[in-house]
Amino acid sequence: MSTALAETRGIVKRYGPTTALADGRLTVLPGESHALVGRNGAGKSTLVRILTGLEAPDEGTVRFDGDPAPPLTDRDAWRRKVACVYQHPTVVPELTVAENLFINRQPLHRGFISWRRLKAEAAELLGTWDVRVDPDARTADLKVEDRQMVEIARALSFGARFIILDEPTAQLDNREIERLFTRMRALQDSGVTFLFISHHLQEVYEVCQTVTVLRDARWITTAPVADLPRQALVEAMAGEAIAEQAERHRTAEAAGPVLLDVRGLTSAAYEDIDLTVRRGEVVGLAGSSASGKIELAETFTGLHTPAHGTALLDGAPLPFGDVRKALEAGVGFVPRDRHQQGLVFGMSIGDNATLSVLDRLGRHGFVGTDRRRAVATALIERLDIHAEGPEQPVSDLSGGNAQKVVMARALASDPRLLVLVNPTAGVDVKSKESLLARVDSAREDGTAVLVVSDELDDLRRCDRVLVLFHGRVVAEHPAGWRDHELIASIEGVDHG
Amino acid sequence: MADTKAPPVKPVGATDTGSARTVLLRRARELALVPALLLLMVLGAIVNDSFLTERNLISILGASAALAMVVLAESLVLITGKFDLSLESVVGIAPAVGALLVLPAAQSGWGTELPAALALLAILVVGAAVGAFNGVLVVKFKLNAFIVTLAMLIVLRGLLVGATKGKTLFGMPDSFSSLATTTFLAVPLSVWLAALAFAVAGLVLKYHRVGRALYAIGGNADAARAAGIRVERVMLGVFVVAGVLAAVGGIMQTGYVGAISANQGQNMIFTVFAAAVIGGIALDGGKGTMFGALTGVLLLGVVQNLLTLAQVPSFWIQAIYGGIILVALMIARVTTGRAQD
Repeated sequence: MSTALAETRGIVKRYGPTTALADGRLTVLPGESHALVGRNGAGKSTLVRILTGLEAPDEGTVRFDGDPAPPLTDRDAWRRKVACVYQHPTVVPELTVAENLFINRQPLHRGFISWRRLKAEAAELLGTWDVRVDPDARTADLKVEDRQMVEIARALSFGARFIILDEPTAQLDNREIERLFTRMRALQDSGVTFLFISHHLQEVYEVCQTVTVLRDARWITTAPVADLPRQALVEAMAGEAIAEQAERHRTAEAAGPVLLDVRGLTSAAYEDIDLTVRRGEVVGLAGSSASGKIELAETFTGLHTPAHGTALLDGAPLPFGDVRKALEAGVGFVPRDRHQQGLVFGMSIGDNATLSVLDRLGRHGFVGTDRRRAVATALIERLDIHAEGPEQPVSDLSGGNAQKVVMARALASDPRLLVLVNPTAGVDVKSKESLLARVDSAREDGTAVLVVSDELDDLRRCDRVLVLFHGRVVAEHPAGWRDHELIASIEGVDHG
Repeated sequence: MADTKAPPVKPVGATDTGSARTVLLRRARELALVPALLLLMVLGAIVNDSFLTERNLISILGASAALAMVVLAESLVLITGKFDLSLESVVGIAPAVGALLVLPAAQSGWGTELPAALALLAILVVGAAVGAFNGVLVVKFKLNAFIVTLAMLIVLRGLLVGATKGKTLFGMPDSFSSLATTTFLAVPLSVWLAALAFAVAGLVLKYHRVGRALYAIGGNADAARAAGIRVERVMLGVFVVAGVLAAVGGIMQTGYVGAISANQGQNMIFTVFAAAVIGGIALDGGKGTMFGALTGVLLLGVVQNLLTLAQVPSFWIQAIYGGIILVALMIARVTTGRAQD
């Protein structure tokens, strides 16, 4: 066998009293796509930071092509070995694609930047790797997948042939993910090696040949994906057998009265939507990212205003375009992106969890500190948030726990209608289970739940799933649907 | 299966027109104020006969030169994503230190009676030193730029009042006012210097790596660092350069007025920010051009001049001036079509 392109052995990394990585082991062979999986806090990001030379390990060695890694200060040498494309963009949004590709190494003409050559070289670079992006475009205007390809092209232009993709699919819909994978495979054919980090196990099976599992800061196993069935992989990650996708058949309690009754709802994003949700019913909304499903869900929370149509909540008209009024009408809401809309990261768990119910915690706008503390503590317990207490800042929490805080806020107002948009995005397997368990308990106390998600596991819990395509409801699947049926209607291949 | 995949075909024409439009849009942002400026000129010409005379136009430029230097300084800091409020105090204290160094004790100087050339150099050094101090606090100690420079603004103002005991300094050598009094082609040297400074800054921002680094840092400091830009060093440099530019603005102001009062530059920072933001410099960094900033300065200069020519009672000038800044901001928002931030 050939020498490993990148190899880490016995890596130990401590931050103060916590050991972030106790036994970091990874061997990536040239030309493969290697998956790195593990729950939040398993040590994946620490290993990536060490592998990209952002931090030195306390113990252990890093080798590239059999040679020891360059010193940390020699950024250029690292950049020729390895590059990481993070979930958060490392491009400058206001600059053009061309400039981002050659930032701080723009081609010069007598000491001044030659914009003509910069553009030409950028076009050539993008062409070489078949990245179809206009070099003149403002980077902020790019789609996420294109932005990722620009970052990959930039890394390749430094001479790196080993690219780490840190949760590249987190913000993409199915179609975009498929395109990213196509491009990954093409790049792999031209000799690029990938380390692929994802929470979505089916993606690992789709694009990777080898998988390494980390758990509790330790290496657990490395195996060809073909030899590790899904169940075994989940067990390796969780350290215990999780009954995955408990396929419970709902006894469709269609008896509940209609809580949400929507008639002829139309806006720029969707058209003529009729929809009813009963008390204690969980309804899923599926569709590609341009299908209008998120806008439809946001309509009920006051974030998106429709042009026509009505929605009755428990017989009373639901006010549109006003989040405050929607809250008062009894709508609880987990927004699509916890970083952008979900949480105030500088504030504590308690502040965040009670943000939308402050008026209930005291009189005339004053907030009772003890009341708030009590409410927050109860929410932390109810949702099983792993935290020191309500005073801990949200920014300390892992993705899964932060998402539970968002869920706590949605539940704090005891909503009659609970709208969840991508409730388990970027969350590990175990937190996912506990977040989805909330959906079941909401069902039991008669709340109507609307779940919008790209994840089949989220939708599996629903009593029925409506599929939107170009802003129209095109299909309805009762519980018990098969994956390929739902995907077919999401992608629009089973109709027109 | 992978090696048989053909790349997806994409219409080329669509992206081309799209890019042409975005380029045009970006230009439009830069030129957003030009129509407003022209409109004001036409208005001025109608309202007052003496507005469009050569003498009046030159006086607008001469009166705006000092402001222009400080706006230039502030724009550089803003593009890098930071703040410097203390520039207005530099406009006062830097030339004052120079004056105190040359003036004899009898004219409330320090009695060192340094040669004028050395004193002028000292003015620039003071600007650089203040900038460096701000820079170290903000960049190395990671203090909030807004608060640090606000404190500096107050400290420097206090030092100026203390050093002059609140008195106005005058009787400086001619070289202190030569920037404002010497003319070339009928236009004061200070105007030429400000124009040159804007041209150089504009070129560097567009065509030099250091200039592009400012945008990169202001747009996404982490990305800039990852691209190998020495973020801390560049930021520190920007603070120093801004201090020096403000000190030059101070010299121009001194020459224009002919003396240094203890409140020289006071409240100037509000006008500076107004000019920069009207001119399209984003308060949260990474956006804006020197041309835009310059049009912001000229717009405010023309407005000020028009108000004076129209003999608006001096008690009302401030209210009207502030109102016009608000309107200008709204116009800039509408014409650029993007949120200001």
